[in-house]
Amino acid sequence: MRLYALAVFGFLYLPIAIIALFSFNAGRHASQFAGFSTQWYGKALANPFVMEALWTSVSVAFASALIASVFGTMAALALQGMRGRVRAIADALIYIAVMVPGIVIGIATLIALVTLFGWINPLLARLAPEGAAPQLGMGHGTLIAAHALFSMALVILILRARLEGMDRALIEASADLYAPPLATFRQVTLPMIFPGILAGFLLSFTFSFDDFIIAFFVAGSETTLPIYVFSSIRRGVTPEINAIGTMVLGASLVLLIAAQLILRRGRRAAGKDGG
Amino acid sequence: MQRITGSFETSGRDGEGLIAAFRAATKRFGDVVAADALTLGIVRGEFLSFLGPSGCGKTTALRMLAGFETPTSGEVFLDGEEVSAVPPYRRPVNMVFQHYALFPHLTVAQNIAYGLWQRRPRPERAEIARQVDRALAMVRLSGFGPRRIWEMSGGQQQRVALARAIVNEPKILLLDEPLAALDRKLRREMQIELQTLQRELGITFVLVTHDQEEALSMSDRICIMRGGRIVQIGAPADLYDRPHNRYVADFVGKSNFVDGVLREVSGALGRIETAQGLGLGGRMGGPVAPGARVTLSIRPEQIGLARAAQPGAEPVSVVNRIFLGEHTEYLVRHAQLGDLLVLVPRQAEAGAGGFAPGESAFASWHPDAALILPQD
Repeated sequence: MRLYALAVFGFLYLPIAIIALFSFNAGRHASQFAGFSTQWYGKALANPFVMEALWTSVSVAFASALIASVFGTMAALALQGMRGRVRAIADALIYIAVMVPGIVIGIATLIALVTLFGWINPLLARLAPEGAAPQLGMGHGTLIAAHALFSMALVILILRARLEGMDRALIEASADLYAPPLATFRQVTLPMIFPGILAGFLLSFTFSFDDFIIAFFVAGSETTLPIYVFSSIRRGVTPEINAIGTMVLGASLVLLIAAQLILRRGRRAAGKDGG
Repeated sequence: MQRITGSFETSGRDGEGLIAAFRAATKRFGDVVAADALTLGIVRGEFLSFLGPSGCGKTTALRMLAGFETPTSGEVFLDGEEVSAVPPYRRPVNMVFQHYALFPHLTVAQNIAYGLWQRRPRPERAEIARQVDRALAMVRLSGFGPRRIWEMSGGQQQRVALARAIVNEPKILLLDEPLAALDRKLRREMQIELQTLQRELGITFVLVTHDQEEALSMSDRICIMRGGRIVQIGAPADLYDRPHNRYVADFVGKSNFVDGVLREVSGALGRIETAQGLGLGGRMGGPVAPGARVTLSIRPEQIGLARAAQPGAEPVSVVNRIFLGEHTEYLVRHAQLGDLLVLVPRQAEAGAGGFAPGESAFASWHPDAALILPQD
């Protein structure tokens, strides 16, 4: 049994470990280790295509995580006020949104956007007859929109748990102490759920940064880091790709661990109120 | 203190001694009537308790004062104004919550300053700090200001919650089962502390509790509730000595009850006949017509036990004896009346000595001490 578990872990993590190991390979072949070197990290970071893809990924991840956090928080707060059947249906829909396979979301988003642009672009053209009408297409904006939509469900799920755990009497206490609803939100609700929002932001960022499937459908001519890695792998795996993979892995892990720590600390602070 | 009973006018001069009032205030939650046409005045500066079992409407009454519930019909007055539609944050009252509801993300001092901080114009920082320190001193927590809430014990959190409310100098301090989460010893201490605080501040206190001892020991007046209605309002001793019905007699203190039919009434005295045909005299506790089903209530401490037969004494046998220090509690059995609880003070037993289980004795009480009450 123990051997079996070890094997599972081996299969899971050995490939990742090898990628990390070979990213420090001094030679240029992916299968022979020819000594320790960090030259491939330098090469990757000096590659303008890599840097451009990295910048696209980071900016898309940041923007989509920001949108998802704001709107996800608002949605979670609104759901909190719902009761009965409406709430059960809303909850179910959010769970489904998280569980739907990426490829389905990718195709669905692509079709929805193409249809939408099919309506809007002629409209825009008619409004500006000079021929200078802006035409909407796939790219940065659609990437952000698609990622924000998916991430929003994540944020809502995290915040729902957090709001459930919050003592309702705290809101009443704030109102009792002369704070109008908006002041109560700013001074009590927001600080209490902020760790959840931050964790949601970090998870959303990680998700968007790592996502290949949805991005592949809606990126248009944009290249995100995962798309760049995928396309360059077709020309063979180089230690440079390993270096990029290792950096992405490191950054993701740091963000995920940070999100977990924030959530756990926040829960402890909220849990000790005796409520 | 001004005495107020069931009905009064809240508007005009008659209501001047009142800090708050309910007039036919009803609260429905779906089919459930949580408060049923409450009419009650709360006197400026008094310590009033709502007492009753869970679901009797006492918490709903408190929450209508705080503004967390709006009456379905009827009116709530605060300091002469009709406030049914006024939100909690505009009402000059403060509440101590059952589980304290202290803000976990703020320090002790920030929690206490919260109410002052919401004032417009906002007081100077130094002024807020001064008032917070004063409130901390009042609840004997000086120096605890910078602490986090979870570093405080249950009793300390209770006092922080108290300080957070009184620092605002509310017109009424509302207390929702504030001592329920404390252990017995701490509860006694806090009872005394609350009473002292109320006397020092002169603020009206309204307490909700299901603990009769708590209500009896602290309140100027107690409002006993059942099923959303007020059963009786009065000073603790009033309720104890002159309950209006069996429910109140049962809820306030311990009592022995004997069911029967009222046979005759002459002035303040009456005579009942039990199902076994035994005739017993007592004082009329409420307006009941002869022929009605009534209950005779006799407090355990009003019954005396003797070895020798006296005129009017009932023969009983001692079933059980519990030594309580200053009192001895006996359970005695009467052939027709069933089991009776008897509380005998220590000095009454000093001479003749106590009764042993199995011993025969004679139980007697003054007819004035037995109350004839309506059954409901």
